[in-house]
Amino acid sequence: MWFKNMLLGVVVLFSVVGCSEQKIDSKPTINIWHWMTDRDPVFQALAKKYETLTGVKINFELYAPSDAYTQKIRAAAQGINLPDVFGILGEKRDFASFVKAGHILDLTSYMEANNSNWKNSFFPKALAVNEFGPQNSYGINPGIFGVPIDIMTIQMVYNKKLLAQLGLSPNRPPKTLPEFLDIGSKIKAAGMQGLVSGWGEVWMIDCLASNYAFNIMGKDKVMATIKGEVPYTDPDWIKVFTIFKQMKDSGVLAQGLVTMINKSAEQLFANEKAVFAFNGSWCVNVYKGMNSNLEYGAMLPPEASDKFPMAIWGGAGSSFMVNARSKNKEEAVKFLIWLTDQDQQAYLAAQTNNLPANKNSLSKIPEVLAQFARGMDYATHPNVWGVSEFSLVIEAFDRGIQSIIIGEKTPEQAANDVQKIKERELAKKRTN
Amino acid sequence: MKIKDTLENYVFVLPAVAIFSIFYVIPFIWVFQLGLFEWDGISFTKVFVGLGNFKEIFLQDVNWWRAMWNASYITLIALTFQNILAFMLAWACDREIKMKNFYRVIFFIPPVLSEVVVGMAWRFIINDIDGANIINRTLIGMGLTNFAHNWLSDPKTALTTVAIVHCWKGFGWGFLIFLAGLQTIPRELYEAARVDGASAWQSFRKITLPLMIPVMVLVAILTVLGTMQVFVLIVSLVGGEFAGHTSVPVLRILASMRGSSRFGYACAQGITFGMILIIISFIQYRFSKKGQ
Repeated sequence: MWFKNMLLGVVVLFSVVGCSEQKIDSKPTINIWHWMTDRDPVFQALAKKYETLTGVKINFELYAPSDAYTQKIRAAAQGINLPDVFGILGEKRDFASFVKAGHILDLTSYMEANNSNWKNSFFPKALAVNEFGPQNSYGINPGIFGVPIDIMTIQMVYNKKLLAQLGLSPNRPPKTLPEFLDIGSKIKAAGMQGLVSGWGEVWMIDCLASNYAFNIMGKDKVMATIKGEVPYTDPDWIKVFTIFKQMKDSGVLAQGLVTMINKSAEQLFANEKAVFAFNGSWCVNVYKGMNSNLEYGAMLPPEASDKFPMAIWGGAGSSFMVNARSKNKEEAVKFLIWLTDQDQQAYLAAQTNNLPANKNSLSKIPEVLAQFARGMDYATHPNVWGVSEFSLVIEAFDRGIQSIIIGEKTPEQAANDVQKIKERELAKKRTN
Repeated sequence: MKIKDTLENYVFVLPAVAIFSIFYVIPFIWVFQLGLFEWDGISFTKVFVGLGNFKEIFLQDVNWWRAMWNASYITLIALTFQNILAFMLAWACDREIKMKNFYRVIFFIPPVLSEVVVGMAWRFIINDIDGANIINRTLIGMGLTNFAHNWLSDPKTALTTVAIVHCWKGFGWGFLIFLAGLQTIPRELYEAARVDGASAWQSFRKITLPLMIPVMVLVAILTVLGTMQVFVLIVSLVGGEFAGHTSVPVLRILASMRGSSRFGYACAQGITFGMILIIISFIQYRFSKKGQ
């Protein structure tokens, strides 16, 4: 009897407590999903700082690696369950799909408010990646739909010590392709590994091939090829494919490059087992964590031609978008304005060794990061071209290069295969 | 009364039927429906293409059929090498050998390990560039320098290497099922055969093998269904499709979803793959029935 009374009392107590009026928090919580493992601690610190200043709670949630993050965002989009702020990893056409589906807030009015203060604080190339221009091929009304939080360039890096061991000047990396290929024989003789990169992940092959395409034939011809006006069997494209054969034959490429993931490539370069790497400016923070004594420098890919300048991929590294259906849109935008302000960008750059998107925050960065920053002068990106190549063509292109490197196809065969797919996709587009 | 009994029975199976319908039947129908559309997975609008996606798979998608071929190759190695090994080890453990309980535990460890862990561990063991290169060093140490090789980065050996690692990981399941099957064979049959003067080989051929046929069929079906769907091991061992040399159907489906943003096409690939597996399993089952 005593026990039953006790139990009843506990149940009543919990009911009363549970039904009592809850104190309603007047300030919203902004939920932000991201994939940047190395930046999470800094984001959390900035979130706390913002909450102290404004009372608005910022909840950063990390979902890594980037593949898993991409799937999570897509699933959330399908369930109309996106967080207040998120990022989109992928091509411009995916970005366009999100905009068309009404998932992303048009930030143009915010960017242009107060004499375009916010807009003018960014590097133009960083903002361009998040912008849809007039008469873009995606059918999106012109506007700015994303906020860059850092910039990046993808270049080559070289190990100064290993270069010296090969009898070369550690401060004069190869500037031309013949010089680069010549180093290959020295690398082979010394039993070292040459260029490492995540070419098992194919998009990095696409990146370097694109760089050489711009260098050999210029931007206009590359764009004409994407539009279907120039075939991939054009002699200039054969030259692009041939570069990879030349690199493979010279011995300048590391063994097993075609099955290498970027993390392994980063480890090899950081552990001084490779002379060169092809990687993005995010690698500065990565290498610092793996080997703080690493002596290396950044360089543009060695030029194959002096007809057109070398172009590298660069622009916005990571960007955040605001959920157009979010109930906390205004607060989310306010937070992003604060996050991309000079002080916060300088803090982010100092803590994570990534290049700031705010051009006023480039004060004190490590020399190697400054070398990456100087590459912005040569930067372009598929997301700013206004046209996209068919994804099946890109796949065939990258696979073709992989086949050339492993000695299965000649450059001409790879070009023919790509052109066949291109013609098929163009025919499909005309039918639809 | 009969109606009442029937209704009662249906009530008991209803929860299971509901769960099966919600998580299997309805998604299957939905995926088939999506396969009839061109959809990027993000937009709210889909373009109806009818059987266009399926037509593309059967008539144009060379990469898909190469992936099917690669998966079939890995499955063939699993059906032969892996299952023969599993059967032999199960047969050995069924007999009175020393430490058989220890072996039973050891042989079941690989299947319970995560595929990612297995792939990364074996990549470290095999790879000469970013790994410990143990296999090659052992071969060189034994004087077999000519056999040292870039097992994972040579297109001629990458797929076979993946298949062997898959066999290492997968044989434990077959071992367990074979062992359970062997233990159901009445010992009296072996004793009677011994009394009649049958040799060990004759006992194996006339008693063990025929009585194990249903178990072998089960293991074969499970091997085909499991091995054809391999992809995690490939990603962790080789990094990806390796210019098509380690392409498998699931990776092609993922490439359609993620790389090409063609969800509708990916659904069509999934349906096609599922139907192929069902047909193969049905053929195996009918074949085994005829054999019995």
